[in-house]
Formats: sequence, C-alpha cells, structure tokens
Amino acid sequence: MSDTIVTHPLVVGEVGPGCKKVDPIVVADNVTRTFGGLTAVDVAHVEIPRGAITALIGPNGAGKTTFFNLLTGFDKPNTGDWSFEGHSLARVPAFRVARKGMVRTFQLTKSLGRLSVLQNMLLGATKQPGENMFTALVKPLWRKREEEITAKAEELLARFSLDAKSDDYAASLSGGQRKLLEMARALMSDPVLVMLDEPMAGVNPALTQSLLGHIKQLKEEGMSVLFVEHDMHMVRHISDWVIVMAEGKVVAEGPPDTVMRDQAVIDAYLGAHHDTDLGEMTGANPVVEAKEAAAKVAAKKEGTV
Amino acid sequence: MDWGQIFTNAAGELLSPVTAAYALAAIGISVHFGYAGLLNFGQAGFMAIGAYAFVVPILSFDAPLWLAFLSAILASVLFAFLLGVPTLRLRADYLAIVTIASAEIVRYVVSTTGLTAVTGGATGLSGFNSGFTAINPFPDGVYGFGPWTYTENQLWIRVFGWSLVILASILVFLLMRSPWGRVVKGIREDEDAVRSLGKNIYAYKMQALILGGVLGSLAGVIYVLPRAVQPTNYGTTLTFFIWTMLLLGGAATVFGPIIGAMIFATLLTLSDSILRGLISADIITFISGTQAGQIRFMIIGAVLMLLVIFRPQGIFGNKKELSFNV
Ligand SMILES: Nc1ncnc2c1ncn2[C@@H]1O[C@H](COP(=O)(O)OP(=O)(O)OP(=O)(O)O)[C@@H](O)[C@H]1O
Ligand SMILES: [Mg+2]
Repeated sequence: MSDTIVTHPLVVGEVGPGCKKVDPIVVADNVTRTFGGLTAVDVAHVEIPRGAITALIGPNGAGKTTFFNLLTGFDKPNTGDWSFEGHSLARVPAFRVARKGMVRTFQLTKSLGRLSVLQNMLLGATKQPGENMFTALVKPLWRKREEEITAKAEELLARFSLDAKSDDYAASLSGGQRKLLEMARALMSDPVLVMLDEPMAGVNPALTQSLLGHIKQLKEEGMSVLFVEHDMHMVRHISDWVIVMAEGKVVAEGPPDTVMRDQAVIDAYLGAHHDTDLGEMTGANPVVEAKEAAAKVAAKKEGTV
Repeated sequence: MDWGQIFTNAAGELLSPVTAAYALAAIGISVHFGYAGLLNFGQAGFMAIGAYAFVVPILSFDAPLWLAFLSAILASVLFAFLLGVPTLRLRADYLAIVTIASAEIVRYVVSTTGLTAVTGGATGLSGFNSGFTAINPFPDGVYGFGPWTYTENQLWIRVFGWSLVILASILVFLLMRSPWGRVVKGIREDEDAVRSLGKNIYAYKMQALILGGVLGSLAGVIYVLPRAVQPTNYGTTLTFFIWTMLLLGGAATVFGPIIGAMIFATLLTLSDSILRGLISADIITFISGTQAGQIRFMIIGAVLMLLVIFRPQGIFGNKKELSFNV
C-alpha cells in the first residue's frame, strides 16, 4: 500500500490491524489461547464496530472459531480481557454472555434434532417464566408469553422459509436448513450482537441471496453482526468491515475492497486467482494440471519397464 | 404344579406395593435419563437413602410420620446435590460412574456393624410400620376380588403407593410439557446449543437430578412400608431392574415406567414360580431351586439386551425422540 494515511468513517485515526473504532461494541486486548504447543489465538488488540456488519476471514486453522469460542465463553483463554458494550466479559460463563445479548451460532450446526423446529425456536426466546421449575407447573403463568414467542417464532420461520417444517423434528432438516434454523433461533432473543460462524456453508445460492438480505436487515434493525465466512463474494457484498486473521493474529483490517487488494491478505489467504471465476481459469486448473502430471508419470513408468 | 396359584400370584404382583415402588423409582430414572439425559446408575442408592432416612427417625427419635417423610425427601435432595456438584459440569459418563459407586457406598455404610445401633447393621430395621397403619382410613374388612383380595392394611399401602405413582406421573407430565421441560430435553441432546441460548445448564441438570432422586427416595419409602428394611436389597441388581423396567416401557413417556414396572414385576414372579414348580414336579432335574433364582437374572439380562437392540424406544416410546445415542 502507499504511504498516504488511510481513514474510514468507522475508524478513529488510521486504518490498520487493531485500529480504534468510533463506536466499538467489543474491545479485546491481549487474548491468547494455546493448545499444547500451538498458539491458536494471539490477538493483541481488536475492536468490533457497533451497528455494522463485520466479516472475520482467514485461512483454515487461523483461529477464527477459537476466537469466537473465547468471546462467547465457550472456551477459556490463557490470557486476555475483553468487553462487550463496556462491560468486561472475560471468563463469564457462556449462558450469561448470551443473556447479555451476544448470541452466536456454531460452525458445526447444533440444531436439536429431537425437538421440533418450532420447539427449537421457542428455546431461543428469553423471559419465559415457564422455564422456572415451579412456575412451569402452572400453565396460566406462562401461557401468554408462550403465545407471544410462538407468534414471533412463526414470523422468523417464515422469513427463513422454514414455516412449512415447523412441526417436523429438526433431525429431518437438511444441512442447509439446519444452518437457517440455528440462525433464526439465535434471533429469537433479540440479540445486540449476532455472531455467525460460517452461516452460508451449505446453503444454496438462491437462498444465499435472501439470507444476505436477512443479515442486512439485522443491521437495519439496529443489531451488530460479526460473521466468519470463506465465501468472498458474500464478504464483499454485505460487510462494512473486514478483519483478517492468520495464525491466530489479526493481520489486516479495513473496508472490503481495500482489504482484498492488500498483498499480505492475498498471499496469506485469497491466492493469486481469487478474482477470476473458476470457469475462466483454463490455464491454471489444478485438477487438469494434476491429471496431466499423473499421466506423465504413468507414461515414464511404462517406458522404463 | 398348581397353575392357578402361579397365575394368581403373578396377577397379585401387578398392584403390589413393591411394583408401585419400582414404578416410582422408574419414573425417577425417566426424569434423569429419558428427559434430561443424565445417566444415574445409582437409583438403588436413592431408594436406600429414602428408606433409611424414613425409618431411622421413627425408630431412633420417635418422629411422627410426616417428619419421617420430610426427612426422606431432604436426605435425597442432599444426596443428589452431593453427587451433582462435582459431576454435572463434566461429561455424562462421570455422573454414571459416581452414582454407581455412591449407591454401593450407601449400602456398605448402612450395613457396617459400627452403625448397628442406628441402622441395624446387616440385619436391617423393622417394627416401624405401626404409625402408617394407625392412619389407615379404611375400616377393618376384606376388600377386592380374586388375586386382588386385600385386608384393610394391604389395601391402604396399595392405595397410598399407587396414589404417589399417579401424582408423580402428573407432576412429570406437567413439567415436561412446559418450557422447563423443553430446556431439559434440549440439554439431553446438546448442552452447548442450549447454553448458547442463555440457559444455565448446570442449574437445570441439578434440578432434574434432584427431582428424579426424590422420586427414587419416595420409592424407597413405599418399598419398605409394608415390611422391614434389608440392606442387601439395595444392590446394583435393584438399579438394573429399574432400568430394565424403564427401557421396557419406554423412557421419556408418561406410562412407560408404570407399565414397564408392572410387566417386569409380573414376569419376575411368574418365571420364578414356573421354574420352581417345574423343579418340584421333577420335570426339570438338572438345576436346584436356588439356581433357578439365578437363571431368572440371566433371562432378564438377555431381555434387556434384546430390548436395547430391537426396540430401544420401549413399548410406548417414540423412536424419533429417543434412541440410545445420548
Ligand atoms: N480443542 C482443540 N484442541 C486442540 N487444538 C485445537 C482445538 N481447537 C482448535 N484447535 C487448533 O487451533 C487452530 C485454530 O482452529 P480454529 O477452529 O479456530 O480455526 P478456524 O479459523 O475456525 O478454521 P476454519 O476456517 O477451518 O473453521 C487450529 O490449528 C486447530 O487445530
Ligand atoms: Mg472455524
């Protein structure tokens, strides 16, 4: 990049890895997590902007999921502190993190297969007095709230094209539908920050379009979104901000177009052909190349025998 | 061989207080395993805790009946707590190991000679039943018909025991159709998913453990009300009987534990009387009466295996809702 100072409306000062945001919703410092000798996460400083859609990208094994797990209390860090809306959340149990409004989904989908789709959704709701063991015995105490959240669940299911499946066991859903269910379920609690770990993996292109619309709508409704995704078209299309991780560290961040032109990011992650369609890459088709190489080896062998 | 007597005995077993106790204990396991996915292999321990916590206050302190019941309930709550605190944050297998060991510890403790003054040691305790018969609301007489002919006291213990079973079933039914039940059933399948939705998993598992444990403890009370307390009764065999009943009827169902207990208790008596009948009539000559008692258990083991392989959901269960990959 040139030596002119790059600025952005979301950022205070210069844009760069670990830069300060105008209105951060999450601020993390010094977060490390090691597995044996491997340092999975080593984030010196990062801020997630509020009211924006932030993408977290990086090669496989970069530590994105581990970082998600740490922020949401599903894993314990070796060191580090972070705050959410100004409150420290380090080492707070996962369920309390969720109650504070920071709700996540999982890369390996966790829909509850032996509950119906609707029951899955209702489980996501908050303030249901019937979840207390004693109130549960007296239906009038929780019936009204149940009706409210059922209406809300049905609306969300319709939005995610799952309304026809409402009474089926979630186990009968396809992989992509489970992704959708998990995302819809996370929205039942009206979260402040939605954290999606690869929401598009396995979702068909037609639905991807409408899902992108849903995620944008979350922003319009005032939520902040942080998502991990490998699909660069999606990242380019909907994110306001992109954070790049590699080997546990934040190596770059910035608005999508800038980040994707960054040579370090291209080297580490995107690869030389990231802008070309697979169909156009006639000269550099790894599958064809591999086949040709294999054929050459076979021909040589035949010659020697 | 008197087939009439054999079938009368078996039919009488259907409504016996022991069957009621089995059913109640099985409902407890249904709460644990069927709904919450907790592997409690120490239900016999909870029954022993209930029995001793009920009987000891009566014999040692002349406690009134209600206090004895309260003592049985509180003791099992405490026991569940003790088991739950170290294990419920860990994987399901840990609870299984701890419960099976604790049940044995309870049995050894109550049968030690050092405690004979309180627990009666290996001989157990008796002579505590007068308080219960004293509040019998049924006037003297003979009630019922055929295999179900009872004296007023036999009727009273049956009415009492089965009322408890019905109350427990209603309680569990109400809980499981509620949002509380929804959370618990979610935990059975994937704790992390439910945790990510802001539910305190640990608290729910503890509540389920306590509820099922209290039912087990009340089962222990019903079990001893018409007879004496015998520490040898509370071995692991008892726990596995109850598991067999539950799996037979269907875990996570309302009627499963009850019907499972009835079928199991009846079959147990039936097979025993038939085998003994055949031996005394010299039709079976190669085994003795005591061996016949052992053979029953081999048959039960085989039945349990077949059940798990061919009908894991039991008689009433829904295969989609419950299978063995907990
Ligand atoms: N429980 C664990 N035990 C040991 N190593 C782990 C564990 N979880 C993650 N790791 C390691 O930490 C590193 C980061 O993993 P992580 O799942 O965070 O990657 P990721 O960025 O989400 O990758 P992907 O894009 O493939 O999902 C990897 O090298 C992984 O092998
Ligand atoms: Mg990942």
